[in-house]
Amino acid sequence: MDTIKVKVNGIETEAPAGSTVLEAARAAGVEIPTLCYMKDINAIGACRMCVTEVKGARGLVAACVYPAAEGMEIITNSQKAFDARKRTLELILSNHRMECLTCVRNQNCELQRLAREYGVERVRFGTPKDMQPQFERTTLHLVRDNSKCVLCRRCVAACGKLQSVSVIGPNDRGFATHIGSAFDRDLSEVACVSCGQCITVCPTGALTEVDNTPEVWAALADASKHVVVGTAPAVRAALGEEFGDPIGANCQGKMAAALRRLGFDGVFDVDVSADMTVMEEGAELLERLAGGGPLPLITSCSPGWIRFCEHYFPELIPNLSSCKSPQQMFGALMKSYYAKRKGLDPKDIYVVSVMPCTAKKYEVRRELDDAAGGVWDVDATITTRELANMIKKAGIKWDRLPEEDFDPEFGIFSGAGVIFGATGGVMEAALRTVADLATGRSLDRLDYHAVRGVEGVKEAEVALELPDGGKLTLNVAVASGLANARKLLEKVKSGEKSYHFIEIMACPGGCVNGGGQPIQPMSVRNFTDLRSERAKALYSADAAMKLRKSHESPIVKELYASFLGKPGSHIAHELLHTTYIARSKYPGFDAERQGKKLPAQSEKR
Amino acid sequence: MPNRKTLVPFRGTREQEERLRAAIERHRGEPGATMPVMQEAQEIYGYLPEEVQIMIAEGLGVPLTEVYGVSSFYAQFTHNPKGEVQISVCLGTACYVKGSGAILERVCRKTGCKAGEITPDGKFSVDATRCVGACGLAPVMIVNGDVYGRIVPDNVDAIIDGYLDGKK
Repeated sequence: MDTIKVKVNGIETEAPAGSTVLEAARAAGVEIPTLCYMKDINAIGACRMCVTEVKGARGLVAACVYPAAEGMEIITNSQKAFDARKRTLELILSNHRMECLTCVRNQNCELQRLAREYGVERVRFGTPKDMQPQFERTTLHLVRDNSKCVLCRRCVAACGKLQSVSVIGPNDRGFATHIGSAFDRDLSEVACVSCGQCITVCPTGALTEVDNTPEVWAALADASKHVVVGTAPAVRAALGEEFGDPIGANCQGKMAAALRRLGFDGVFDVDVSADMTVMEEGAELLERLAGGGPLPLITSCSPGWIRFCEHYFPELIPNLSSCKSPQQMFGALMKSYYAKRKGLDPKDIYVVSVMPCTAKKYEVRRELDDAAGGVWDVDATITTRELANMIKKAGIKWDRLPEEDFDPEFGIFSGAGVIFGATGGVMEAALRTVADLATGRSLDRLDYHAVRGVEGVKEAEVALELPDGGKLTLNVAVASGLANARKLLEKVKSGEKSYHFIEIMACPGGCVNGGGQPIQPMSVRNFTDLRSERAKALYSADAAMKLRKSHESPIVKELYASFLGKPGSHIAHELLHTTYIARSKYPGFDAERQGKKLPAQSEKR
Repeated sequence: MPNRKTLVPFRGTREQEERLRAAIERHRGEPGATMPVMQEAQEIYGYLPEEVQIMIAEGLGVPLTEVYGVSSFYAQFTHNPKGEVQISVCLGTACYVKGSGAILERVCRKTGCKAGEITPDGKFSVDATRCVGACGLAPVMIVNGDVYGRIVPDNVDAIIDGYLDGKK
């Protein structure tokens, strides 16, 4: 790689050619503060936190966009730069509703951290004591409070550039500038897919998820309820970050122990229903390959992707797998199979899921999912972050927790179920089973490296020898991040590409980087790939397991033997499958034009 | 902030839509096509309601938020149509010190319309403008192009009544 030599604060250093001043300083081990900068997708020099001195330049430069050049002398820590940054912070704070003590982002706020580091003890331009909150809570997943917004536009970049959803942007001008949807419609009136990527990139408390922990606490305190919990694969790959564990540490054992100490009556794993998804979706794929439905078959585990498809690609709904997501299968099985085994009325079972995801908050209230009839499959879902808050509130000391297993009734799962949390994982898990089912043999091949990794779109060809001597070549593709999914689907629609099976996850890198995962500041995210670090935790867990194929799991075998019959059976369809609805790209506008009212998302059954 | 979702029902015609589609076609693929198309759209419709902005967004393949971001940023774009009786009150410096603030207040009371908006029946629209260049006549109010100078709030009702029922 070509490099340039620069001096950072007097120290000679080498940086890759094409670096910005910010990146060159980073190469020298010096962090320049930023608020608006997001590597690759939001380099707009807007917040002015990164202003830095460069010898010979006129005035201070914005380090996030200013190119470093051979021989450049960069001074990041001069008094001039410090003063300018502090002034900028004071200006931002003069228009910020400071209620740090009660803010959900207290101690994990980029603005608070900078204000402390820069010694802003007093805001000279007046502190807005009487500033009112500007809450918008119209969806099931998100709370916006623009009185804490610093207009960095990171959420806008995440929504537009990562997800190609673009339902938020800067409206109006000057002091009136604020982030909102077109015509300042509520978020529930636009085609937001609930992915929550905006939340994970927000530097302050302006965007947060809807807190569902009060319902969970209430259920735990209710003696008449049998409260069970299931955790998604990706949660164990990140929960530890909330307690100071390194990024990419797998905390499965401690997580199970913590859930037990919170008082759940059943501590289960959604990985088990991920195995079930493989069985049902695998059977669906084989059926469609035999002529029983449209191809490509597209996965349906990611509710952010499902909403994206319903709003933006309704013509592809017939291609969606009819399988419910693992979360919904978990709930459905709890309220049917598990209820029966335990001799419980489904109404007395309260199902909680812990998810790396905010779209799950929408999914649990989808009008279509109530396997046991009249009760929701899943009663409440909380994010990884909310679970961490519960553990902290309960005073459970993370570093003293033992490593424990899930409860065996619904806690034994395959490595295939574990890797569901990373992009390509659902595809690989399905291929392990489909290959065995199609060839009628137990194949040694377990790893499908072509579908691993964080690239936005991956393709692979899988050749299988059929029992009758024939050959079956499966063309598969994997996309994560909805902007990547959009590109892939446009090619499928135009006929440029054709596949048998496509996996799509809404969040870039898959669930490990979901909108409900622990929030890492941009100073970390810009230089550490959370997606691959967290995915490693899942792939190494898989590699260390004996049981790696879903169809070999004893729970899966037992479920089919004693309850469901076979994959795709009538009862499996009733419990584990769902349907989809074509939705408008402009829901609020269309409803108004037709003289209808959009149903409130939070409407209870 | 004036209301953006106009209260007046959209009455675009097929002919207007065809002209807008032609404008979109002409600018498609150009970098920065959004602004010129929006300007043409405003010429065609007189304002940029949600219906028109969605046509622009879909036609150019840009997000609606981007179109709205532009239309709410620049003062040249308006989200409300003009009323049958179109009233502007000058709030330029000279008019303002001569009491045009009170004139505007009276106009709003008389018409039931806020500055920058239109009444739901489409009868009145009220604008607060910058200097219209008639400082010698301050304070100035303009109704359907007719200029009224050196007025006092008590003149307002009679002037506006003169435009009702198709009188002018």
